[in-house]
Amino acid sequence: MATFTRGFGGRRRDEDDRLPPGQTLVRDWPVLSAGDTPDVSPTDWTFSIRTETARHEWTWDEVHALGVEDVTVDIHCVTHWSKLAMPWRGVPLDRLFEQVETSLDFCMVHSVGGYTTNVPLDELLDGQAWIAFEADGAPLEAEHGGPARLLVPHLYFWKSAKWVRGIVMQADDEPGFWENAGYHLHGDPWKEERYW
Amino acid sequence: MSGLEARVGTVAPPASRRRPAWHDATVAAVRAETPTARRIILDVPTWPGNDAGQHLDLRLTAEDGYQATRSYSIASSGSGTRVTLAVDRVDDGEVSPFLVDAVEVGDALEVHGPLGGWFVWHPETSSSSASRPVQLIAGGSGIVPLVAMVSAHAEAADPAPFRLLYAVRTPEDVFFRSELADAANAPAPLEVTIVYSRRAPDGSPVPVGRLTRDTLGAAVLPPDAGALVYVCGSTPFVEQVLRWLGELGHDTVEVRAERFGGNG
Repeated sequence: MATFTRGFGGRRRDEDDRLPPGQTLVRDWPVLSAGDTPDVSPTDWTFSIRTETARHEWTWDEVHALGVEDVTVDIHCVTHWSKLAMPWRGVPLDRLFEQVETSLDFCMVHSVGGYTTNVPLDELLDGQAWIAFEADGAPLEAEHGGPARLLVPHLYFWKSAKWVRGIVMQADDEPGFWENAGYHLHGDPWKEERYW
Repeated sequence: MSGLEARVGTVAPPASRRRPAWHDATVAAVRAETPTARRIILDVPTWPGNDAGQHLDLRLTAEDGYQATRSYSIASSGSGTRVTLAVDRVDDGEVSPFLVDAVEVGDALEVHGPLGGWFVWHPETSSSSASRPVQLIAGGSGIVPLVAMVSAHAEAADPAPFRLLYAVRTPEDVFFRSELADAANAPAPLEVTIVYSRRAPDGSPVPVGRLTRDTLGAAVLPPDAGALVYVCGSTPFVEQVLRWLGELGHDTVEVRAERFGGNG
């Protein structure tokens, strides 16, 4: 049973059934990262997927050529803010994995600067995840992960790795950076999988 | 070959972990910290202790069951069951005005934690990396987790050289003034530089004005000191500091940053 706090009424401005438990709506877009904001130019950027047998690599133009699409999604940060109906543009990971053969079920997502996060492969496919280049109608700013970040909106937003540069396939669901620091291995906002 | 593998491993291994959980808390003491912020000391009988720099989630529940949860940095550390917070009021916020203006000693609430294994510092006895010099850089209420590190350093009489650069608006906006003064006089080496953007106390060695790259460069440990660097403050403050550190030749890949989103 919850503990009541005397005199607390709340502002109730956030009642919306699109809001997972424990979340608050924001209109701006807070920035949360572990450290420095890297400066990555699109001409230098590549994306790679490494499997048990091969390493695939795409340039900026090659990823775009796979088919950029518009999506509108809700995003939920583990620090209790959510942003609803946010417009993004990116390439679905389905398009990249169509060119990849692997029997490994788990992904370690890598970013410039050493940040990693783990996501099961089946949660990155079937229109659930994108490499995103634009948000709110403009190219992604560096502080928000530009030029390219992962977008996995059905999981807490730390899984949507900023400055994304590649995926290494692995046999087991091993913890990435924040997961090693106490955040949940999976991170479903509707189940409040915040910490473990 | 891929650079992927090369950069992994630049991130630190996870700190020793205390499993986070929900805990009942009672407000043990409150006091004005600044004109807009309040120090709140919680009595949390089941608290497992926390490392310097960690944070917690604080949950308020109205009588009808409505709940609001926010994250706050912890200004205390160690194995005790008293947890110190310092909350700055976000004027149109939902939780911080209640905590700053309304909450009283004896009130009950809930906390979840301790949280975070990255923005933490350990005295030398518990971590080999902590013998490195430490540079702390705070803007406004971003001092809270850094005060935990300063206090842990002083209490452990840790030999690592510490420097704190703290940017505030006026002398009244300084959080934990007496704790910082005590720590500066403790045997553990600590140098504190406070930069006042609007009004400084008489005799302040640094000219009044917003933090600049030159002021930053003069106050912080040089790039070749190999310092662990922690930066905490609002998002614009942290972004600006990180940019300047890079321009001054610091390896910003290892800088640990905590940004305040501020939804109150």
